[in-house]
Amino acid sequence: MDIDTLRGFAYAFFTVLFTLFLYFYIVSMYVKDKKGITDYERYSQLALQDELNDTPIEPRHLSHKKG
Amino acid sequence: MIAFGVIGMLIGVVLAFQLAFPKLNYILGEYGIFGRLRPVHTNGVIYGFTLGGIWASWYYFGQRVLKITYHDYPFLKAVGYLHFWIWILTLILGVVSLLGGITQSKEYAELAWPLDILVVVVWVLWGISMFGSMGVRRENTIYVSLWYYIATYVGIAVLYIFNNLSIPTYLVAHTGSLWHSISMYAGSNDALVQWWWGHNAVAFVFTSGVIGTIYYFLPKESGQPIFSYKLTLFSFWSLMFVYIWAGGHHLIYSTVPDWVQTLSSVFSVILIIPSWGTAINMLLTLRGQWHQLKESPLIKFLVLASTFYMLSTLEGSIQAIRSVNALAHFTDWIIGHVHDGVLGWVGFTLIAAVYHMVPRVFKREIYSGKLMDVQFWLMTLGIVLYFSSMWIAGITQGMMWRDVDQYGNLVYQFVDTVRVLIPYYVIRGFGGSLYLIGFFIFLYNVVMTIQKGRVLEKEPAYATPMGLR
Repeated sequence: MDIDTLRGFAYAFFTVLFTLFLYFYIVSMYVKDKKGITDYERYSQLALQDELNDTPIEPRHLSHKKG
Repeated sequence: MIAFGVIGMLIGVVLAFQLAFPKLNYILGEYGIFGRLRPVHTNGVIYGFTLGGIWASWYYFGQRVLKITYHDYPFLKAVGYLHFWIWILTLILGVVSLLGGITQSKEYAELAWPLDILVVVVWVLWGISMFGSMGVRRENTIYVSLWYYIATYVGIAVLYIFNNLSIPTYLVAHTGSLWHSISMYAGSNDALVQWWWGHNAVAFVFTSGVIGTIYYFLPKESGQPIFSYKLTLFSFWSLMFVYIWAGGHHLIYSTVPDWVQTLSSVFSVILIIPSWGTAINMLLTLRGQWHQLKESPLIKFLVLASTFYMLSTLEGSIQAIRSVNALAHFTDWIIGHVHDGVLGWVGFTLIAAVYHMVPRVFKREIYSGKLMDVQFWLMTLGIVLYFSSMWIAGITQGMMWRDVDQYGNLVYQFVDTVRVLIPYYVIRGFGGSLYLIGFFIFLYNVVMTIQKGRVLEKEPAYATPMGLR
């Protein structure tokens, strides 16, 4: 197999792989949203509820408790 | 930031008229020629106005979305002050040295090597400020605007250092000027590294930094959450993956390997997906709220900024197609493309950001909503005149350069194209002047807001209050 053919296969392989990554990312976000694992849209509120005294959307210490 | 906007844009208008009336090159001796002024214009606008706007936004809303205050963290506050003053010092030294003719002759990276080191110091300080603030945050999730700021930080850090690797000749060979240095790259490698940087300065300052800015100010000013947070994440990652490869489109039909040209051309075309994902997300944020466009000049700036982002990114993708690039490259169409992006997208976003921040920082209403409206329409007209004249000039140039007679000889000499273009250069200068007048109105309105705006008893949650003068 010459270098041009090899390069062609590599090119096709990585194109498919990265496209799959991208689709997987979208699907995983929607699945997590639907199953209630992560509600991505509530993070939009971070810009709107940004007073120092506002209750955090997701307080930082929760991430430690999860672990 | 506003001061460097004035300097950068004023010089931009002078440059535009110098191209229309070449004798203007000689009004200030060597300090007024195009070659000296042009880098002051680009550096002033990129590092003074744009980065200044991004950093002002960071120090304003970074603490808000992380739910911390620098009153509790004196170290971070001190870093912020140091960041500001070293940045100002670097900019002043940059303007003086560039006017003095000290340059390393790399586009958007003209600063001499000692100033490059100062730039690195400024960048490190921003990093300490940003990551330090994130380290003590109360809010677990880092808002998407800060994702874009992190991308700006990391992208520029890597690109700037690699593009500016050079040998100071005086220190190594004890010859020449102390300011002089020689690039570590040569030939095609130098060109590749330069355009890997050159275009990605656009990617990670003018694009990701400004997206980060508008993703806070548009929702906050309109009181509407981002249309789809999932779409912000998707477009963020796809932008990051695609944009870094696009710089090679500046080198299509040059001596770099063919596969590099194809790769960058393909990635530049694909770039339309994340770009429009972001732009549509911004516009849909105002769904059901389009009346705000009529009521608030500030929303007008933000919405038109998003629209110019769509226009500019579509145009960029089209220009990167090889056959189109053959016509467009080296012509004024490229200048038009850059300026509908920076004047419309970057300028309008940052102007809106300042109009949102100033009343809240100084606890005063915006002095005049009517002046904002006048400024908006003047600037919009200026941008339209600018880019439309450059589109026509560029395509005219491209067509004339490639026109051949029946024997294959070129029909026109270079100077023939220059003569044809002069009216368009005058229109460009006029359009730029309108934008500059608008910017002076902006400066006046901001100063008057601070001095004479009606006192605000309570910080407005969303829509910025403004006087009806």
